[in-house]
Amino acid sequence: MSEYIIKNGHVFDPVQGIKGDKKDISIKDGKIVDKVSSSAKVIDARDKTVMAGAVEIHAHIAGPKVNLGRIYRPEDKLFSCTPTHGMERMGGGASIPTTFKTGYEYAKMGYTTAMEAAMPPLFSRHVHEEIRDTPIIDEGAFPVFGNNWFVLEYLKNHEVENTAAYIAWLLRVTKGYAVKVVNPGGTEAWAWGLNCLSVNDPVPYFDITPAEIIKGLIEANEYLGLPHSMHIHPNNLGNPGCYETTLETMKLAEGFKAKNKFGREQVMHLTHTQFHSYKGTNWGDFESGAKEVTDYVNKNKNITIDTGNVTLDETTTMTADGPFEHHLCGLNHLKWANVDVELETAAGVVPYIYSPNISVCAIQWAIGLEIPLMMKDPMRCYITTDHPNAGPFTRYPRVIKWLMSEKARETQINAFKHKDKVLSQTSIGSLDREISLYELAQMTRAGPAKSLGLSAMCGGLKPGMDADVAVYNFNPDKPVANPDDIETAFSRCAAVFKSGVLVVQNGEIISTGHKRTLWVNAKVNDNPQVMRDISEKFVKFYSMTQNNYEALGHTFVPNPYAVEVDATHA
Amino acid sequence: MTKTITDVVCPFCGTLCDDIEVIVSDDGKKLIEVDNACVIGTEKFLHSQSSDRITRPRMHQEDGSWKEISYDEAVEYTAQMLAKAKKPLMFGWSSTNCEAQSVGNEIAEMSRACCDNTAATCHGTSLIAIQDVGLPSCTLGEIKNRADRIIFWGCNPAHAHPRHMSRYSIFPRGFFTGKGQMSRKLIVVDPRVTDTAKMADIHLQVEQGQDYELLDALRVAFKGEWLPDVVAGIPSEKIREAADVLKSGRFGIIFFGMGVTQSLGKNHNIDEAIAVTKDLNEYTKFSIMPMRGHYNVTGSGEVFAWQFGFPYAVDLTRGFARYNPGDTSTIDLLTRGEIDAMLTIGSDPGAHFPISAVKPIANMPSVCIDPHLTPTSGVSKLHVPVAFNGVETGGNCYRMDNVPIDCRKVVEPPEGMLTDEEFLIKVRDRLKQLKGAA
Repeated sequence: MSEYIIKNGHVFDPVQGIKGDKKDISIKDGKIVDKVSSSAKVIDARDKTVMAGAVEIHAHIAGPKVNLGRIYRPEDKLFSCTPTHGMERMGGGASIPTTFKTGYEYAKMGYTTAMEAAMPPLFSRHVHEEIRDTPIIDEGAFPVFGNNWFVLEYLKNHEVENTAAYIAWLLRVTKGYAVKVVNPGGTEAWAWGLNCLSVNDPVPYFDITPAEIIKGLIEANEYLGLPHSMHIHPNNLGNPGCYETTLETMKLAEGFKAKNKFGREQVMHLTHTQFHSYKGTNWGDFESGAKEVTDYVNKNKNITIDTGNVTLDETTTMTADGPFEHHLCGLNHLKWANVDVELETAAGVVPYIYSPNISVCAIQWAIGLEIPLMMKDPMRCYITTDHPNAGPFTRYPRVIKWLMSEKARETQINAFKHKDKVLSQTSIGSLDREISLYELAQMTRAGPAKSLGLSAMCGGLKPGMDADVAVYNFNPDKPVANPDDIETAFSRCAAVFKSGVLVVQNGEIISTGHKRTLWVNAKVNDNPQVMRDISEKFVKFYSMTQNNYEALGHTFVPNPYAVEVDATHA
Repeated sequence: MTKTITDVVCPFCGTLCDDIEVIVSDDGKKLIEVDNACVIGTEKFLHSQSSDRITRPRMHQEDGSWKEISYDEAVEYTAQMLAKAKKPLMFGWSSTNCEAQSVGNEIAEMSRACCDNTAATCHGTSLIAIQDVGLPSCTLGEIKNRADRIIFWGCNPAHAHPRHMSRYSIFPRGFFTGKGQMSRKLIVVDPRVTDTAKMADIHLQVEQGQDYELLDALRVAFKGEWLPDVVAGIPSEKIREAADVLKSGRFGIIFFGMGVTQSLGKNHNIDEAIAVTKDLNEYTKFSIMPMRGHYNVTGSGEVFAWQFGFPYAVDLTRGFARYNPGDTSTIDLLTRGEIDAMLTIGSDPGAHFPISAVKPIANMPSVCIDPHLTPTSGVSKLHVPVAFNGVETGGNCYRMDNVPIDCRKVVEPPEGMLTDEEFLIKVRDRLKQLKGAA
């Protein structure tokens, strides 16, 4: 593999504590190295910003509900088709781009790793087919566990070891990366048209509460010592007053400490926090609960969060929170799609228009920005749009602009129809913090990589790490004349390396790289009871056989990268 | 000695049964017996063993006779045809695996083709309705474990999806349906007294072509509003009785087939059926699911969607993907005479399209990739027989509820035969050369 040296760039790397110093980055055989030979190709990064490749911790980019969105929203392609171009296959879709376009767009913005946030285990083969067809970026997928019958039955009797054995088995057969929980218990209740709106609502028939599911899964996750923590979308998403459920959910993590060999410190990752930080009793007195939520997170070091920024676009919401999507359809009366998945989960899809002329949408926008601006430790708060729920991931440059420039926020606030309401219901107007490039690198690189247990591999520029590098046309020495320049700079990289391969140059794709699928191979002690339970469920209740359930390597995961975990307890 | 292969996936209908057992000879060359499959599925497996099977490509000659050619010559003809055509059509895809579909899409992109699958004549209208009003649905295991109200509307699974009722919808004893058939109420809507209708608790013998009216009447009945004495040939008391049965269930589903998607009203019928499903979710839990025909028509829609953004009727002629059924859909393209070359794979338009759409195929450069002799292979210039997908090669397929299942190879194809995917890869590579030279 060829050698490269990225010269004279302003380097921002939280892993080594480099804050914009001029430094050369050397690349050899896919890794960052101390030195390269004189024959290394030179990338001139003078007056440019150099960071590690960005890490997406939560996005819905592959799988059945994403594709259902593509199938049932032809209108999403109306002004967003891209023709075949050089290395690039044709693409289409604004809020739910085709797989090829998804890979290209992430790479052009400097993202090199992304996590698909909700994989229904029964559909893992579909998820992996789409991941295979998403070029360049490394991807992993989180199977959902919070409404899984095995988990509900084991945790009802607090059988943590059995739950852990089941998790290890499911991660292996679905080639999954982490334990995802969506509306614990509520989605199972949704199979009967019901929901669990608090952590204490019992799940119909299974007679277990969301609180027991959440605590049990944290315990099982730490019993296994997985690279990522339990990753949760709590109950009661999106309702006025839901911040209280969020606080109750986070309190369940109290007393738990992370046990793993990957340097991860949290036991709970709370995702798209914006959707869970609402105060008020109805849509009229709707207000921000960002302060209450971030106050709690600031004090409790065993929790990480991501933002879920509303970008004020027309988008497509999709979540394994089936009852929420039904509820949302009742609010906006747009087309409702739903899929209940046997024994495991459900999903819903509803288009949504975040209009700047609607006060609730504008307040949601403000809450999404309040959260990162109120978080004291950028290593524990990551930028997401919960793509495509709060907005498409292609809007990250715009979110970065809002975070880095108070002026840009002001311009947007002044453009809102209900500006006064936004200012009275949130504290966005009084926040003058501007995120620095170093903090940005923490929020989009080092932080998410650490939370995912990948800090030895990506998210930094330390010699020995994978050579995932992004070079932006942004000169940190010069004052920003126009905030829009920030958005432009972060939209298209001057250069991007993925595992040492130059994949983007001057904003164009020049190689599709060697895309990998990340998964976690957790070894546990033999557990005959769990194996028997699994085969019994397949014989009696699944609609397919156990032998056809696994996502086998050859077709679905052509280039796997297994993170090994040894959880065999003596 | 023989070998038994278990967990085999049946490559016939959208039910995609995956519990088939196949007994093969010790050398893996001969398929001897098929267990668990329905009569159609069994026949599909055994047909691969027939002695009169065509194993090499054949060109249609001027005098109507066929001349055997090599696969390489077939690849050359196909690649040249696609390279020269201004607006080629690549149709079918429903009886092949997703891997082949993926390669086909690469070819389509290079040759700026129109691509379409058999939804064109089946559930394309359902897809249009789904794009209008959404789709509350579920997987088939949910039906097995929970459903106590089943509607078959305009479909006859007793004959078209023979194991559907025993595996998923009527007979199985699931987690919350321990009494099997006894725990379910079956409503069949069909103008004919089919074998499915004979099993129904309530058979609504709708007047032909009045499905929309009946669906509408059900919505009125849910709300207890006024109805005429008779709607769509059915007395209002019977409609109200059916409405009460549906509302009083715990979990219900509407399965619908081409009796509603291709009869008067087409996509509007499905709009209304989805609206019925949404209405019922105000009272209980309800889902709706199209009874997809071909075993991988669903997969074709999925692959089109994640690669091009649309589930069928995709037009790539402008260099990016467009979708406008009626304009970019196969039958319309053919009858308007816009197509100048046609590749058919995993489907038989010759048997199912109107004659005005079949005639043009005979008059243009055309390739039919199909293990069988069909009306389409008969009118095409080149017939390329291939290995049976799901029997002689594996590959991923999608069940009617979108659940993917990886098919299994159970026997070797006849010596020297290519699979769909292998043949298409050769065409793609040759096309790359031709396009590179141009």
